[in-house]
Parts: sequence; C-alpha cells; structure tokens
Amino acid sequence: MNVSVKPGKLIKGQTGDWEVVIGMEVHAQVTSKSKLFSGASTEFGGEPNSHVSLVDAAMPGMLPVINEECVRQAVRTGLGLNAKINLRSVFDRKNYFYPDSPQGYQISQYKSPIVGEGEVVVELDGGKTATIGIERLHLEQDAGKLLHDQSPTMSYVDFNRCGVALMEIVSKPDIRDAEQAKAYVTKLRSILRYLGTCDGDMEKGSLRADVNVSVRKPGGPLGTRCEIKNMNSINFIGQAIEYEARRQIEIIEDGGTIDQETRLFDPNKGETRSMRSKEEAHDYRYFPDPDLLPLEFTQDYVDDLKAHLPELPDQKKARFIESLGLSSYDAGVLVAERESAVFYETVLEDLADKGRDGKLAANWVINELFGRLNKEGHGIVDSPVSPAQLAAIVSLIGEGTISGKIAKDLFEIVWTEGGDPRELVETRGMKQVTDLGAIEKVVDDIIAANPDKVAQAKAKPQLAGWFVGQVMKQSGGKANPQAVNDLLKAKLGI
Amino acid sequence: MTDLTSLTIAEAREGLASKSFTSLELTDAHLGAMEAARSLNAFVLETPDQARAMARAIDAKIAKGEGGPLAGIPLGIKDLFATKDVRTTACSKILGNFVPPYESTVTSQLWRDGAVMLGKLNNDEFAMGSSNETSCFGPVVNPWRREGSNTTLVPGGSSGGSASAVAALLCMGATATDTGGSIRQPAAFTATVGVKPTYGRCSRWGIVAFASSLDQAGPIARTVRDSAILMRSMAGHDPKDTTSVDIAVPDYEAAIGRSVKGMKIGIPKEYRLDGMPAEIEKLWTEGAAWLKAAGAELVEVSLPHTKYALPAYYIVAPAEASSNLARYDGVRYGLRVPGRSIGELYENTRAEGFGDEVRRRVMIGTYVLSAGYYDAYYLRAQKVRTLIKKDFENCFAKGVNAILTPATPSAAFGVGEKGADPVEMYLNDIFTVTVNMAGLPGIAVPAGKDAQGLPLGLQLIGRPFDEETLFSLGEIVEQAAGRFTPPRWW
Repeated sequence: MNVSVKPGKLIKGQTGDWEVVIGMEVHAQVTSKSKLFSGASTEFGGEPNSHVSLVDAAMPGMLPVINEECVRQAVRTGLGLNAKINLRSVFDRKNYFYPDSPQGYQISQYKSPIVGEGEVVVELDGGKTATIGIERLHLEQDAGKLLHDQSPTMSYVDFNRCGVALMEIVSKPDIRDAEQAKAYVTKLRSILRYLGTCDGDMEKGSLRADVNVSVRKPGGPLGTRCEIKNMNSINFIGQAIEYEARRQIEIIEDGGTIDQETRLFDPNKGETRSMRSKEEAHDYRYFPDPDLLPLEFTQDYVDDLKAHLPELPDQKKARFIESLGLSSYDAGVLVAERESAVFYETVLEDLADKGRDGKLAANWVINELFGRLNKEGHGIVDSPVSPAQLAAIVSLIGEGTISGKIAKDLFEIVWTEGGDPRELVETRGMKQVTDLGAIEKVVDDIIAANPDKVAQAKAKPQLAGWFVGQVMKQSGGKANPQAVNDLLKAKLGI
Repeated sequence: MTDLTSLTIAEAREGLASKSFTSLELTDAHLGAMEAARSLNAFVLETPDQARAMARAIDAKIAKGEGGPLAGIPLGIKDLFATKDVRTTACSKILGNFVPPYESTVTSQLWRDGAVMLGKLNNDEFAMGSSNETSCFGPVVNPWRREGSNTTLVPGGSSGGSASAVAALLCMGATATDTGGSIRQPAAFTATVGVKPTYGRCSRWGIVAFASSLDQAGPIARTVRDSAILMRSMAGHDPKDTTSVDIAVPDYEAAIGRSVKGMKIGIPKEYRLDGMPAEIEKLWTEGAAWLKAAGAELVEVSLPHTKYALPAYYIVAPAEASSNLARYDGVRYGLRVPGRSIGELYENTRAEGFGDEVRRRVMIGTYVLSAGYYDAYYLRAQKVRTLIKKDFENCFAKGVNAILTPATPSAAFGVGEKGADPVEMYLNDIFTVTVNMAGLPGIAVPAGKDAQGLPLGLQLIGRPFDEETLFSLGEIVEQAAGRFTPPRWW
C-alpha cells in the first residue's frame, strides 16, 4: 500500500536528512442520540452524572445492548473512507482499572473490527494530493471524566461521557510530515462532517488524535515510535510532530536511542513530555465480550447505506470542476468545509443563470465573502450576507445591471445594512447606465469643454484614458465602461 | 388441614384456586417454617413484610378471579438476583448492603405471574463454589443427614440456599443459577429437582454475573412438575440481554406425562469414571432401566472430549469472572476501604471484600488472559469448548433425544470436609460442567439414596431448547424413584 505515499518535507540534521513517519489513531465521537450500549443521552454539557444509565454505571447484573444507530454510523463512515466493511465483527473487553471506567473494562473491538482497510486522499499546498491508507475503524466506548478540582483531598468522576460511542480510525504509517498530518485530520474531519457521523468539534473533544511519530534516514528501516496522546487541535498536531521529530533526531544523532513511550504535548511550552514508558504499559487482557454476540449484518444492509450516502467532498469537488468550470483550487476551497459547500450550492440554486454565473459566484464566495468573514472573525454559518443575497448580487453582475466595482459597494451595503440587492440597486440608483444616448451626451460635453486634451489624445491615443475617467466620474461609476470606450474611440477618431 | 408447607406448587395452585386457603395463609406458613429453620442458614434475608403485602395483593386478585400462573405461590430468591429495594449481595462482603434500584428480568416475571417473595437465599460468594461454604454469610446446612449421624452436611453449591430451603419446606420453589452445576449439584444433594435451561432461555439481566457465557438461571423445586411450572414463568426473550433467544416459551407442564416411547436415550461411556462409587453406578443403571421400561431405547454414546471439560471450564469461567468482577472497585457502590491512592483503594477494597475462592478465581482468570498465556490457556480452552459442543451435536445428530448421566460423583459431604484442596471441590462438577460448556439444558432429578441414606440424583441432558423432553423423562424417573423428604430435625 505504500506505493502511494507522498514523500514529505525532510528534516536536516547534523548527519544529513531525516524522514518522519507518522501514523494516527483518531477517536471520533459518533453522532447518535444515545450511547453505544445504553439508552442514556449523549448530549454534551449536562450536569455531571445526569446522563448515566445503570449499564453505564456498571451496576451488578447490567448488560450492554448494541445501539444500532452507532453501527449504522460506523458503516457509513467506513463507506466514506472507501473501506472494506466487515459483515461480522466482534466486541472485546479491554481490561484495566481506572475510576473513569466503571466496568473495569472498555468494550472495544480488537481482532475483528467493523471496518477494515480504506484510504483518504488529502489536499496539500500547491494543489498536490497524497493518499493516506486507513488500517481499520472500530467502535468502542468512551470513558468518564475525572474532576480533580472539586476538592483538595478527593477526585470526583462524571460518567456523562462514559459509554458514548467512539470510532477509532487508525491510519497506516503513510504520513510523512506535519503538513500531511494536518491535511489528513482536516480531510478526515471534513468527511465525517459531510457524512454527519461525527460533529468534528475538537474543542469539545468530539475528535481527538493520538499521533505516532518516528524518524529514519530516507528509505531506511523504521525507527522506534513515540505516541503523542489526546491531541485536540489540528495546529497542535502540527507543532507536536515538528517538535517530536526534532527531539528524536537530536537523541539519535547524539548517540542515544528512542524509548517507545507515550507522550503528551504541552501547547504552552510547545513541547512533548513523557507520560508512561512501554514497561509501564497495561496488559489489557483482551478477550471477546461474552455479554455480546458477534455483530453481524448483511451486504444488503451495507449496500442500502451506500446508496444513501451524501455527496462527499472529493465527489463534490470533481463535480464543481466538471460542470461549473471551477479551478481545482477554488473547488477545493469550497468543499473543504461542509458548510461552505452548502452555502455555495445554495447560492447556485438562487442564481438566475447557473451556467453563466457559477464561476463568478465561486469567486465571490471565496474572495469577497470568505475574505470578509475571516477579517471579521465570523464563521460561514454566521454570515450576515445570505446565499440568496449573494446570488442576487452575482446575478446583477452577470446580467450587466451593475459593474463589478458597484457590486462591491452593494455587497458592503448588504453586509452592513441588509436588504434585497435588487431593490437596493433601484432605490440607490446603482444601475449601470447602458443608455448610449445618455452616455454620448456626457462624452460630447467633456470633449467640447476640453479641446486641448482632445488634441493631445489624437496625437497620443493612450491619453484617451483621461476621458474615460472623466466620463465615469461624471456618471458616478454607473456608465458601462465598454460603451464609454467605444464612444470615445469613435468621437476622437482614434 | 395438612401442613401447607408440604404442598407442591401444583397442589397449592389448586388449593388457592378453590379457596381452600389464601396466599397469606400459605405465605405465613412458610414464614413460620423459615423462622424455625434459621439454623439451616438458607435465607440471608427474610422479607416477611414484603411477602405478606404481596400475598394480600394477590389474594385480592384471586378473589376477583385474576392472578397469573404462579398466583400466591411463595418463593425464595437466590441472592444473585437483583431485587428492587431489597438488599442484594451475591453473598459477598464487597457488595455490602447494596440495594438495587432495579429488579432482575427473571424475578420480575415471577412477580408478574403472581408469585410471592419470601426472602433472599444464601449462595456461594458470586456463585463460586460447590458446597455453599464460600458465602460471606457462612455455610448453608443440608436438611439431610447421614442415617444415625449428626454430622452437618453441605447442600452443595452454589445454589445451596435454594436447594436447602426447598428441601426443608421453607419455600415452595426457588430461583437458582447454574454456571457449572450450581443448580443440578445442590438439587442432587438435597433430593430436589433442579433445571439448568438452555443458554439463552432465561434472561441474565439483573443477575450478578459470574461467567457470562455459562451463567443461566433456572428453578429448584420439589417435583418435576413444579420445576416445569416455574420454568414457564422464568423463561423468555429479553431485549435487555442480547444473548437471550427469541423462541416462544412452551407450556412445559404439558410435557409431563407425554409418551417417551421410541425416544433414544444416550448413555455416555466417558461418564463411567474410574473409582466411581458402586451405588452411583447402580443408580445410573436403574435410571436407564426405568426409562427403557417407559418405552425409550437405550444407546451407548461417546462424548470423547468429556475429560477436558473440567480443566477447560476452570479456565473459561475464571477468565470471564476476573473481568466481570472488576466493577467491584469501591468507587460507586458496596464496600469501600479507603487508601492513600486510587490503587490502594482498589487493593484494600478488593482484598477485604472478596473471599479466598473468589480471589483465587480472579487471579486464575487474570493469569489465563495475560499476554503470553492467552493462547496457551484461554484460546485452547475455547477450542476444547467447541469440541465438547461438537461431541453433543454428533450425538444428537444420530437421533439421540436426551443423555442420561449421574448428577454428581457422590452424595453430600460434610461441612469443612473438602476445603483444603480446591481441585477436589471442583471435581464435584465433573458431570455437570459439560452441559454449561455446550450451552445445553440439563435437569437433575432425585433417583435414590446411598448406603448412608443420603439422596442421589440423575441428570438428563437435552437438545438445545428442548427442555420439554427433559420434563417428560424426568417425571418418569421421579415416578419410579419416588419422592424423598428429609426427616425434620431442626
């Protein structure tokens, strides 16, 4: 599978170049109303221990029952990752003692996951792409949360999150530098959000990544890896990889060896530090959970889910390029976030002539709208300009009612004051003047008032630009620039 | 009026329906018997107030011509079953005074059908034991004694409280659970009838788990008919237990008296152990003859992997137990023995909360699942399990309807007699564990007495979900052997 791996940015050390090898385990919280094995709510932010069933609290004699919605979501995600769906998978118990795990074990999938190998195409700078292999996806229970700040002598535990379904998505070690790693998480998040299988909210912990990093001489044997746990920001992932790779290179170049260990990233210091070594690693004593039968479903079930998958970013991008003539870059920008794509497609629906103005609409969404939103720190969902308003502005340009320059003024008005762009154009007299008679009168007046300039322009035709400026000025920018040019050329005889 | 406690469930059902007596009278008679028999230590919790309230409520229903199949019948409940608002401990210190806010599916079905709860019955701690000596409430005493001896005998285990209480007429029937023989062995030791249903026949929801892939609830009663009556209420599919099976529950009682003519009864040669007491051998032969006389055909069968069943069982069961018991950590409920760190809290709580046998099995289970040992122990044991299952399947495929074996290798033994060597204790389950490993139904029926006057039982093993055949055959043994009641000395 490594044939598709894109070489990454090499790191220069004292002994030459080093290659970074990265694999990731992304934990994505499944979008579902209730937990993986109980009916308790998955709602975020409830009072501590308000979303806890008897099963979640591991009361004696309680039994897990699989939530079919979580299975559906995992299969849909597998399909979105172009992965093999396993019609039979097994839940195992991962045994360990910790107060965030009331059962004393986590129900997970060890040897037989629900989803097998797949792949994700990620976008890199400069329009390049890389293909990252997916090793597997399995379902497992999330743990509870320990609260250490409630009492000076005791720790508290909140089981609200305990038992919520997670998809652990394991990549192959196909990632070669921080940029690819960031692009991978970005793309994965985008796919999950398109599918609606995970909200991708990294701040709330809905998406977290464990990053395995090792270094080697290009083409050499794999180095010993360190795992950086629980990363919940794409930027931190990039920083942590950069730091960790350099740390490992320094150790090796100083004659040391890398200890396989689990590390944590400290965003304040920008460094990783050891959490536990391999020797301290748990023996999880995995074995098939005897409370649950193997999870089995039919190919028909999978096919039906496949038939109803939404259009995913890669497909959407291809369609934008093919049917609307967008550049690969523009299409990529528009589909990167599900909400941006939805916004753009809503604009498209409202356009009077999609074929004529689709590309123009893309420019306006990307340059004017995104530019302004970024400047003001707004997200696309909070945009003060609605898709219908933007579609109207673009249509006004496309049909020649306003010029691009006037359109920017109109956009400003709509952004700050709101209103129907067509009405605004009427009431504020922003319509482009295409009435040749009216323009001709202005041209004639200016020619008559400036005989010296006429003479100069006749001698040097490039000076005719001065007349264009005067006409536009007098018309308040509303004269059709092409008409002005044509008239001037005729009148001045140039 | 005869002593109400000596009635069978079937007889009491008629008496209640004909208004010869009320459920309250029946319940009071049993509460009295329980009080008089406290020396047997069968009940760990008596719930007389609740019992009388339930009896009154059901009497009101009976008066209106309502009430279910168990209307007014007083039962004892093994302490492994969670009973809402009633202390449930699995007879372990670690659960302390745990009072569940929920009712197990099996017991809720009994109450649905009108049964009355007398209290909670003693058992081996977490059902781990074959003598009821591992209970944190102390051993249960068998109402049976050797002729001319005052030696205190065990009732078997783990459902020792259930068996002892039913045998001593303290309750009309009892719930029990069977992971390796915990229903059938105590039934054999007390001359009661014990049914271990097919795995998946009864819901495990709300029953404190020992080994999830082997645990199954079932009844202990005084007659085959009574056990069939109880089974009908206990069985059934439960969406809360995904290992329970969605097959309609038959009218088990209707199977009693059904002809067994032409049925093939397998006699497995591998169950003829070296050094097996002659009286067990004799009992077995006699049982076979009774079935033959009823028209069944006897065939010798082979279950070649039988000898591996016990060692494999003592890997699989502790492995699951080690994980199932991890939840008893002192954090959320039950006993908590503080420590300076969370690790110490776990260690202190579990060291003080678990008895020796439970600790032994948790350690064995942890060991066999550990990295480097998993393949050699757990995985191999699972393979053995598959082979044992295949042995039975091959046998049934040849047309065998049921298999007849002794229930236990001996009669009840004395309290403290088999404590020293755990393996000696484990050997009690030699005839019963195969049934759990294969997930099959089994019934233990009293069939005779040994030379010292102690009851002995025979076991019938059936095809999956064919408990009905076991009831038909069991009743033939019962009719031939007669019923056995211990002389009252307590």
